Amino acid sequence: MTKPAIAAVNDFVVKFANVNGSGSASANELFARAILRMGVPVSPRNIFPSNIQGLPTWYEVRVTEKGHLGRRGGVDMMVAMNPQTWAEDVKEIEPGGYLFYDSTKPMPASMFREDINIIGVPLTAITNATYSDARQRQLFKNIIYVGALSVLLDIDDNEIKRLFGEQFKGKEKLLDSNVKALNLGRDWVTQHADPAAVKLKVRRADNVGDRIFVEGNNAAALGAVYGGATVCAWYPITPSSSLAEAFQAHCKKLRHDKETGKAKYAIVQAEDELASIGIVIGAGWNGARAFTSTSGPGISLMTEFIGLASFAEVPAVIVNVQRGGPSTGMPTRTQQSDLLSCAYASNGDTKHVLLFPEDPKECFDFTADALDLADRLQTLVFVMTDLDIGMNHRLCAPFQWDDKRDLDRGKVMTAADLEAGKNFGRYLDVDGDGIPFRTYPGTHPTKGAYFTRGTTKDEYARYSEEGAVYVRNMERLQKKFDTARRIAPQPVRYSSPKPTRSGVIYFGSTSPSMAEALDQLEAQGHHVNALRVRSFPFSQAVEDFIHEHERVFVVEQNRDAQLRTMLMSEFTLDGRKLVPVLHYDGTPITARFITADIAKKLGQLKVVSFEKAAS
Amino acid sequence: MTYIAKPRLHHPSLVKNKAGYTRRDYEGAVSTLCAGCGHDSISAAIIQASYELDVLPHQIAKLSGIGCSSKAPTYFLGASHGFNTVHGRMPSVMTGANLANRDLIYMGVSGDGDSASIGLGQFAHIMRRGVNMTYIVMNNGVYGLTKGQFSATADKGSISKKGVANSDESIDLVSLAILMGATFVGRSFSGDKHQLVPLIKAAMAHEGAAFLDVISPCVAFNNHPGSTKSYDYVREHNEALNRVDFIESREEITTSYDPGTLTTVQQHDGSILRLRKLGEDYDASDKVAAMKRVQEGMAAGEVVTGLLYVDPSPKDLHHHLNTVDAALNTLETADLCPGPAALDRINAGLR
Repeated sequence: MTKPAIAAVNDFVVKFANVNGSGSASANELFARAILRMGVPVSPRNIFPSNIQGLPTWYEVRVTEKGHLGRRGGVDMMVAMNPQTWAEDVKEIEPGGYLFYDSTKPMPASMFREDINIIGVPLTAITNATYSDARQRQLFKNIIYVGALSVLLDIDDNEIKRLFGEQFKGKEKLLDSNVKALNLGRDWVTQHADPAAVKLKVRRADNVGDRIFVEGNNAAALGAVYGGATVCAWYPITPSSSLAEAFQAHCKKLRHDKETGKAKYAIVQAEDELASIGIVIGAGWNGARAFTSTSGPGISLMTEFIGLASFAEVPAVIVNVQRGGPSTGMPTRTQQSDLLSCAYASNGDTKHVLLFPEDPKECFDFTADALDLADRLQTLVFVMTDLDIGMNHRLCAPFQWDDKRDLDRGKVMTAADLEAGKNFGRYLDVDGDGIPFRTYPGTHPTKGAYFTRGTTKDEYARYSEEGAVYVRNMERLQKKFDTARRIAPQPVRYSSPKPTRSGVIYFGSTSPSMAEALDQLEAQGHHVNALRVRSFPFSQAVEDFIHEHERVFVVEQNRDAQLRTMLMSEFTLDGRKLVPVLHYDGTPITARFITADIAKKLGQLKVVSFEKAAS
Repeated sequence: MTYIAKPRLHHPSLVKNKAGYTRRDYEGAVSTLCAGCGHDSISAAIIQASYELDVLPHQIAKLSGIGCSSKAPTYFLGASHGFNTVHGRMPSVMTGANLANRDLIYMGVSGDGDSASIGLGQFAHIMRRGVNMTYIVMNNGVYGLTKGQFSATADKGSISKKGVANSDESIDLVSLAILMGATFVGRSFSGDKHQLVPLIKAAMAHEGAAFLDVISPCVAFNNHPGSTKSYDYVREHNEALNRVDFIESREEITTSYDPGTLTTVQQHDGSILRLRKLGEDYDASDKVAAMKRVQEGMAAGEVVTGLLYVDPSPKDLHHHLNTVDAALNTLETADLCPGPAALDRINAGLR
């Protein structure tokens, strides 16, 4: 009896099970990049614990010629390098899938499964025969398995060598030793194994195009550079730390004065998140563009200051790389569970502008846009990304920048304006958009100074607790919020080829899985129109979309259907129309989940398509 | 009643300073603090110091937290931008403001609740970073605005107006500031403007983290027998180490002083501090000696005042961060945005 064997070209999932801190991350990334260089899209994801060394970590690579960049779910090949998680790793392999393991020590048959294909390579034996240094053994073992896999999966070793060449430019010794390790793995498989036994293959394609492969945190940091941020204050917190670190790295290359070598930016690692946002608000008040990056618990700490920025109308940007909550929650897992805590953060009637990027490209765009919007609206703007986008390499459109784009500093009254006798009221709405003029401190010796405060005040920034004055100010702020509704990124609509009464609303990192799910649903005969929300306050187009459909699924990665709650309260909708589709176990949402859940709910709702109804 | 504008009657005989402004130009709104509040005397000293320093009134940014002391910036420097931030967090806001524009003079005003209780962390960290500022704590040992609770600077054993004794150890902000790396640390008394005004001037000229702890009796809640921050107590226990004369760099240094009782310290900006020795031989540039003297004073129940510590060549946060000479808030698109060509190169590196 021959074992079943999954056969697939350019459409499979390989998962690497490693030990944290063993140097596997760069080898695994090398594997993913080599496939990318063959023109085949990949979507890798780090699955890691809140730990530095010793605990299990996984790296899942979805090879997807069609470019489905969401997590697929299921594993076709497990590269089991961690004895600690062996049992659960073996269990996770799809029937007919493959187990790649280090066969140096013989293992009892009970450790394997009947319905999977076993490929043993004596990695430790090969490594120990070649290297004597402990660190070298650890690092090169990883490269050796990449070499072995490259033969089994038909990955072009020239692409791997080219990647080595780029990585170790000018470090010939390192280059040579890595190539040597790669060849050790390749030679062993060529001589001792049958590559044809593995029916998962990579075949050269042309589906990557000019896309780039980058982490969202890196992209957002670059967006902050392009958006003109000069002050960054932050406090380390997973999964946002790499964003501030990337900002520092970009600034070192892009923001030093050519003649003096001095920095055109200031980065402060603050003592906590309260100080981070305080520094950002101080800089924003004083006319510099400033931002911080953080995650859920940091937002909780910043809440008082968020209210101040909003009520005193000081520009500020927070990039919230969301993780699993509540409390310390799941620091290394992904969720979209800070919508409510950000949208309505702080005491009193407060609302804030949120932007929802779908991928690194939009992390770049929206962080730059957020800096403009914060100045234009004179308020705090959140960029709501998450761990799935922030800490994973994602294939996306290349970054673009319009050479003619100027930093939009919003309504700022200058010394010349004041000298010319322009009426300056710090909280005076002069043209109906709810946004007043501001002056930077130090503008004019006798005109334009005012006192900024979190207490209530009149149009000329004078302290007042008079009811009518307070209400006027609150209504102006509401008007300003309506202005934000018009100028923030508008939703993107995808229409089903057939007319339908069903719609779906989603946002952020759900995007690639949603796109795939829409294809799957369409293939199953479920026609669904889709709307990707890109900002809060919601555009009028969002309400129109909901009214256009009989039922609207709201797909999100949290338990409490936070986006749905916001839609209901902002538009005063009947909740029965909005059907929640919720995934919140900390793993990225998959198309399989969305498709199954929506198909099931359409069945329960006994939805009949237009065509059937007409026939 | 800050909404009542103070009448701007400019008397023609008012003397203008070198910047062309009269003392009135440095004033603020009418104070709403209690009559006789020490804070108003400190406000008056800030006004006097700014006027005497010939700074342009709008070139100062004044920031505060929450509390009686933090309301004070409304009552001085009306032509300056002010920011009444949130409780205990003024230091971070001032840090950000300073990073945005290094050309202004930063005046942080806080209280003992604001800096020693809720804000102790930010107080310590702004000193560590060496933000170029004058940080004044109007220290009355009590929460005035919420009617008389002890603050963290209330001395152990002191009695509240309600007759309760404080059993908690007090926090000495002067010691803490020196320990945390402030490069100019002084203490004074709101009722002693001859000591306070030159100290404020010197602190404003200091190009680093300058901290002044100013004992400021609360007439409503902390001016009774048993309080260690009442007018009477402080007058009786004040142990002044020195009397500071501040001389701006452009002025000639007078030489008619008795070498035995005067020392001079030249600050980084060229200004000269003349320290008139009152106490025993005291060297304000010796950090370890300063710590010792403050501790000895505390042990003896003295309020040691004067310029306690100064580093004449401080390094500020902008120095540490190697920022450009221009204020960051003046940089424009061309300075900050690397443009499409650089982005194309970045894209190429990500394929």
